Amino acid sequence: MSSPPESLRAIPRKGGRTPVAWQSQLHGGAEAEPSAPPRPFRRAWRTLLGGAMLAMLALFALLGPWLAGSPVEQDLRNTLAAPGAQHWLGTDVLGRSALARLAHAARLSLGLALLAALSAAVPGTLLGIAAAWCGGRTERALLMLADSVLAIPGLLLVLLFAALAPGALWAVYAGLSAALWVEYFRVSRAVARPVLAGDAVQASRLLGFGRGYVLRRHLLPALAPTLGTLLAFTTSQAVLALAALGFVGVGMQPPTPELGLMMTEAMPFYEEAPWLIAAPTALLVWLVAAMMLLNPDRETV
Amino acid sequence: MKTTLSPSANAYAAFSAPWAGLLLRRLVQVVALSMLIGTLCFFMVRALPGDLATRIAAGRYGYDLVSNAAADAVRAELGLDHPAGLALLYWWRDMATFNLGQSLVSQRPVWEEVAHHLGATLHLSAAALAVAFAVGLPAGLWAGLHPRGWVDRATWLAAVALRAMPPFLLSVLLILVVAVQWGFLPAGGGESQASVVLPAITLGLGLAAGLARVARAAMREVVQSPFFEFARTKGLSDVQALVRHGLRNAAVPVTAYLGVQALFLVEGALVVETIFAWPGIGHALVHAVFGRDIPVVQGTALCMGLMFVVFNLLVDAACLALDPRHSRKVAR
Amino acid sequence: MTTPLKSDTLLAVEDLGIQVGGKHLLRGISFALRAGEALTLVGESGAGKSLLAQAIMGNLPPGLQATGRITLDGTTTRAQDAAARRALWGRKLALLPQEPSLALNPLARVAPQLAEVYRLLHRRTASAAAAQAHQVLGDAGLGGAAHHYPWQLSGGMAQRAVAAITLAGGAPVLMVDEPTKGLDAQWRDRMVVLFRGVLASGGCLLTITHDLQVAHALGGQVIVLRHGVAVEQGDIGTVMAAPAHPFTRQLIAADPARWLPFAQPAVGEPVVQASGISKAYGTQQLFAPMDLEVRSGERIAVQGPSGTGKSTLGNVLLGLLAPDSGRVERSARLRPHALQKLYQDPVGSFAPHISLAQSLRDAARLHRCDWKAVQRRLAQLRVPEDLLARKPEQVSGGELQRIALARVLTAQPALLFADEPTSRLDPITQQEAIETLLSATQETGAALMLVTHDAHLAAAVATRTLHLQGA
Repeated sequence: MSSPPESLRAIPRKGGRTPVAWQSQLHGGAEAEPSAPPRPFRRAWRTLLGGAMLAMLALFALLGPWLAGSPVEQDLRNTLAAPGAQHWLGTDVLGRSALARLAHAARLSLGLALLAALSAAVPGTLLGIAAAWCGGRTERALLMLADSVLAIPGLLLVLLFAALAPGALWAVYAGLSAALWVEYFRVSRAVARPVLAGDAVQASRLLGFGRGYVLRRHLLPALAPTLGTLLAFTTSQAVLALAALGFVGVGMQPPTPELGLMMTEAMPFYEEAPWLIAAPTALLVWLVAAMMLLNPDRETV
Repeated sequence: MKTTLSPSANAYAAFSAPWAGLLLRRLVQVVALSMLIGTLCFFMVRALPGDLATRIAAGRYGYDLVSNAAADAVRAELGLDHPAGLALLYWWRDMATFNLGQSLVSQRPVWEEVAHHLGATLHLSAAALAVAFAVGLPAGLWAGLHPRGWVDRATWLAAVALRAMPPFLLSVLLILVVAVQWGFLPAGGGESQASVVLPAITLGLGLAAGLARVARAAMREVVQSPFFEFARTKGLSDVQALVRHGLRNAAVPVTAYLGVQALFLVEGALVVETIFAWPGIGHALVHAVFGRDIPVVQGTALCMGLMFVVFNLLVDAACLALDPRHSRKVAR
Repeated sequence: MTTPLKSDTLLAVEDLGIQVGGKHLLRGISFALRAGEALTLVGESGAGKSLLAQAIMGNLPPGLQATGRITLDGTTTRAQDAAARRALWGRKLALLPQEPSLALNPLARVAPQLAEVYRLLHRRTASAAAAQAHQVLGDAGLGGAAHHYPWQLSGGMAQRAVAAITLAGGAPVLMVDEPTKGLDAQWRDRMVVLFRGVLASGGCLLTITHDLQVAHALGGQVIVLRHGVAVEQGDIGTVMAAPAHPFTRQLIAADPARWLPFAQPAVGEPVVQASGISKAYGTQQLFAPMDLEVRSGERIAVQGPSGTGKSTLGNVLLGLLAPDSGRVERSARLRPHALQKLYQDPVGSFAPHISLAQSLRDAARLHRCDWKAVQRRLAQLRVPEDLLARKPEQVSGGELQRIALARVLTAQPALLFADEPTSRLDPITQQEAIETLLSATQETGAALMLVTHDAHLAAAVATRTLHLQGA
């Protein structure tokens, strides 16, 4: 062949400095794509940083409580102490170590949130795939169910569950799971639908591959990246919901260390001991910033 | 020559069909949410420890004046002497007949309490939306038309930071900033005009950030679309093309996004009203939960849920009016 | 600076080039057009032909630079000085876009999109503009569709509407980008008639296409592009009759109209029998009840206007869709997965997240095909082994279609339904793809059903043709 072999022309569609519009015109004659894909280098740096921040937070939540001491031990002679050698984050109004409280609160929040997210992920994803696969009446029924739960704003739902038994962990856990499973349902259905309706699955079925193959080679590779980030996001959503409810006083009850509760307790003393409210706020901002880096387009509401 | 329509057109043969579907869906949502909230509140009543009736009576009349008769009256009022299954049915019947009962604390009908606070919440929501549209929309549209300019970069950064934060965190930060700057904690409560400013800004900034992002993305997509380019190449000036072909098309994703913003508004109202002691529905709900005033909990929760569904219905209708292709939306 | 040009030159281009980051995409293009003259640019896909029209217009994508000089409306400007030509858009210079269905605003009805050209460009009153718009649309056979939204129009109707809007500006210089891509013969001829009308009324025409039939029908000059350089330029009749450059010869030979008919296959037993099948989509009948028998070795071309259900027919025969009436029976002696399909867009037919090698291995293992046999087949189809490590979207269309063929052949199909497998490929690649497809089916004795718009392709390839008409 006199012209260069096609394989050399088939450049993988990665982003680069120049927009890909003209590239796609060169290779195949498809119409120009409207925008350049995000530059991979920047994206990798962002993801790395966000992941590192999350990892540090997880480490703090895991090891902190063990290292920092007791969150409930009061020392009424040493209240509202400034950060120093003995207490790295000072003490609160009852003389309890702020760092210990922070670490325990982090562990409680993250642990509970993760558990709730995982409990929501399994049924949510399975139902989403089922809805996309079966279609027809099954899908309509499941959609109606999801719609019904969606009718109530998530925070309100968690609040109502929490009000069932104020301060009880199981109530909050149930509320969080009930509110989160719909996210997984929606996302997995949205991903599964075009995959199952597409030519690739049709070709596989025609060639004789069964349902297991479709699940393994088509659905799971398409779902895996989305589900991974969704887990991270729903966990952080749950942490923030817990803190919000704690802050308005409807979630955990004192003396349980909880981020929102700590913020409420520290509010009146913001002048004398600003670090008390700064610490849990900073932790939450850290979490939000990490999520933001992982995916700036997504909202953590 | 016979004009043949493509198959997709037949789906729109009856234009009434999409509207009917919309209404039906939201109606189902209202019923479902009522049942869910009602059932949860029922279990809230059942799950309380101690002798609830005595405590509520005590709350009403004071611990000194409480008597068995008063406790019995409260017990009958709450239906606590019936077995659970029967009581649940009675509860649902009450809800279906719009009988929301009386506040256990103030003895006033729940309707009254809710109506009293609803106005304040609507006031706050309107103010927040006004802030959002005034700040977010122009910034987003400008950024979309001039990508990589300084407005784009500045709004992108601010928007990402603000949008990622939930309302409660944002309010805390704002309060801290205000407290540090002006040396006082914001005085909450009150019906005066001035006190709506801080809570409205708190909610409004979060909304503005999201709106800016969506407006920017919508504008960019429109500007890069083949039909916009054709509008220019066929001879329209840039301004003419923007006004006639750009704005209306960009409005569609922005309007659809308002449905997501409704969620932010309702959840935000819950938190912001409590923090700034704004006498709205969210505030009333939290207080009712504290005071174990279950009927008011139910009433306010229903009200918030209803607000949410109605807002979404309006958004759906606006989307359908703008773009008739939008028949059934899957997401919120 | 400016060389003296004939006074009635409408468009002149001197030494036009396009480069990006130092690399040349297009180089040294020069031509001049007077009233009533046409110029066609031909070449394989990806030669930067569309970019030329954009460069003349002045809306190249960011990052690309144009060099050279362009003379329009008596004024000469540098090619990179796009702003100077902006005022001429629509009035002196018109561009018919490649994808007409995307060029109309989906939220506005059709008639106002035409009327606004009269209102804003020709300063008519609103009512006069609306009336003229309705008249013009009526003339184009779109009278009933004037009040519809663009997504309610068929492809052909959208094209006529967009053509009407483009010509409404009254520009004497018209540039047309792939006007007949995916259109069947009937529509193609209509477009040619439309363009001849423009030439007759004193305009000039620049056409970009890889369809030599259209180039020939329009007449005038032709420039053959290869790797961004004009390898041949001259009168179209002369060039087509006696091409000087070997690439031009290759291009002409790849035109299906010039293909020699392939050898007749040996026809055997019936593979699939359909009796009385019909299918409707909503209220629209796609094809009326028909009987069809497909025998092994046969090559059947399926032709018909868009929307008449050619793909749907395939899905019914393959058992993917149930017909509304009638039955489809397959021969009892067939292997379980003997009915296979080749897709128009091969990228979409592979699982996107796994390598091509993995897909092929899975298929080979399922049908108990030896991997060595698959490798032999791939070599026969001239697919380099190192391509298999890639994901589907990293491989070009022509090669991916061959890999899809190799995958389908592991199932030893008795019937292969090829749904416009080459419509996205340029003529030279198309010729190779069809040749490999035919030799593969000949070797295995499979029946082939080929959906295509191209009547010449059908005539060269098929033993019989099935024409579908709308009900």
